[in-house]
Amino acid sequence: MSRNGPLALIFHTLFVIFMVAPILVVCLVAFTPEGYLSLPTNGFSLRWFRTIADYPEFINAFWISLWIGAVSSVIALLFAVPAALAIARYQFRGREALSALFLSPLMIPHVVLGIAFLRFFTLVGISGTFPALLIAHVIVVFPFALRLTLAAATGMDRSVEMAAISLGASNWTLFRRVTLPLILPGVVSGWALAFIQSFDEVTMTVFLAAPGIETLPVRMFLYIQDNIDPLVTSVSASVIVITMLALILLDRFYGLERVLAGHSDRGR
Amino acid sequence: MSTSASITSEQGAAVPAPAQQDRSGAWAPWPLLLPALALFIAVVIVPLLMTVLLSFHNWGQYTGIEFVITLKNWQEIWSDPYFYEMFARTFRIAGLATVIAAILGAPEAYILNRMRAPWKGFFLLIILGPLLISVVARTLGWALLFGGNSGVVNKALMAVGLIDTPIPFMFTETGVVIALAHVMMPFMVLSVWAALQRVDPQIENAALSLGAGQVTIMRRIILPQIMPGVLSGGIIVFALSASAFATPSIIGGRRLKVAATLAYDEFLNTLNWPLGAAVAVLLLVALVLIIVGSNAIIERRYAEVFR
Repeated sequence: MSRNGPLALIFHTLFVIFMVAPILVVCLVAFTPEGYLSLPTNGFSLRWFRTIADYPEFINAFWISLWIGAVSSVIALLFAVPAALAIARYQFRGREALSALFLSPLMIPHVVLGIAFLRFFTLVGISGTFPALLIAHVIVVFPFALRLTLAAATGMDRSVEMAAISLGASNWTLFRRVTLPLILPGVVSGWALAFIQSFDEVTMTVFLAAPGIETLPVRMFLYIQDNIDPLVTSVSASVIVITMLALILLDRFYGLERVLAGHSDRGR
Repeated sequence: MSTSASITSEQGAAVPAPAQQDRSGAWAPWPLLLPALALFIAVVIVPLLMTVLLSFHNWGQYTGIEFVITLKNWQEIWSDPYFYEMFARTFRIAGLATVIAAILGAPEAYILNRMRAPWKGFFLLIILGPLLISVVARTLGWALLFGGNSGVVNKALMAVGLIDTPIPFMFTETGVVIALAHVMMPFMVLSVWAALQRVDPQIENAALSLGAGQVTIMRRIILPQIMPGVLSGGIIVFALSASAFATPSIIGGRRLKVAATLAYDEFLNTLNWPLGAAVAVLLLVALVLIIVGSNAIIERRYAEVFR
């Protein structure tokens, strides 16, 4: 295969700068010792990171984000794993339509989902509560949980299951001791990707959040709408670092390309 | 949206056929599917239908939502040029962001694909990684870079001598387009990258051995093969840009309204929910038509590539 020429490498360098610059500038400004927005020219300071502790609404929002992300991803998997097994194994009427329905939260604009959920939860009477936020996030992360589980279930070797059945394993034993361990990598990375999606979600959540029940991105967004100061850049920098760590772990254990591309090479 | 949104590299249609088909009865899969189906009917289909219904309700300053069926909101959107302008702006911004993402993202995917082992993975992580970083944090980065007339971007452009006077980026469509192109770029790179994986490098070598120049190879060999990837990436980028919320809100400010930010305003500030619902439903319908339509065109045009 031929190599990239000098022009290509210049283009590549500029492209990488374009992609990295906004993220880098947030991380740099977060370390400013000044009281206003500036690049740290005379020394790095952690003062704005320490200031976060004085703003309980950010800390509170962080914990809510963590809980919503972790729990909604687990609930989504409880629904998605059986559905993925059914879609991977059976040919039935409406299979395509059901898959499209289950993946539809990817296609429906989140602003529309936010409005639909707000209307629904208001009529049901649970608007502005933690459970409402949780249910909404289950729906939004469901496609990610389903996709990776589906990929694992489709690629699974069924002969081990046949062996277990022939040896008299019950349905539950079969699932717990054979099927689940085999699809576990897909399930775990499905959880991780679902968690990240939930942790980042802002457009839909902004419609459902109420004071005290806000996720971190929503709190950051509402804060930025009022003013941009070094405090919110240090919060953003923390979020970037946490996401990066999760990303590296995900890449190590599963391969980022596979997670992001779904299974485009195998699915055809 | 986040953009966050959504990773739809294969447009949902890529559910693989079952490896081994179980024929132990037509009803066997349903107990497994029923919980998820019930969840989706209760919490997706019903709320969406309620939203459509809401857009036909009336709203009064003092009476709130009135449970009558009226076309008032739809007539207002149809007749008031403000809405026409807002939707035109929404789709103009999305279209420009898509074009920029294609022009920059497609060559980058090609360059990336030709890199060697450690670098390939490293830069793929750098370029796709931002996809998972909060869109608020990324947009904040652009707000800092644009930041008024003394922003870093303007300083850099003037230092290089590309411009003489600062370009206003904050609160302008230009700024929103650039930030959106950045936010959506990974989807384009990913989509073209996926298309490149199906290209046989030997074809390029064959063309080379037959005496084709670099330009000819690019135009006649590479471009036709990655075009489906560019187009399906373009659909994703366009759909997500047209429904983007956080980026237009932060960079565009309160006055530069797009569909998503206008719907948000109607819901949480004006409290005219029926009108906001109508804007949202219209956005959804427009996007579905655009996505389905362009998918059909692409599949017909590139039938041989998808086979």
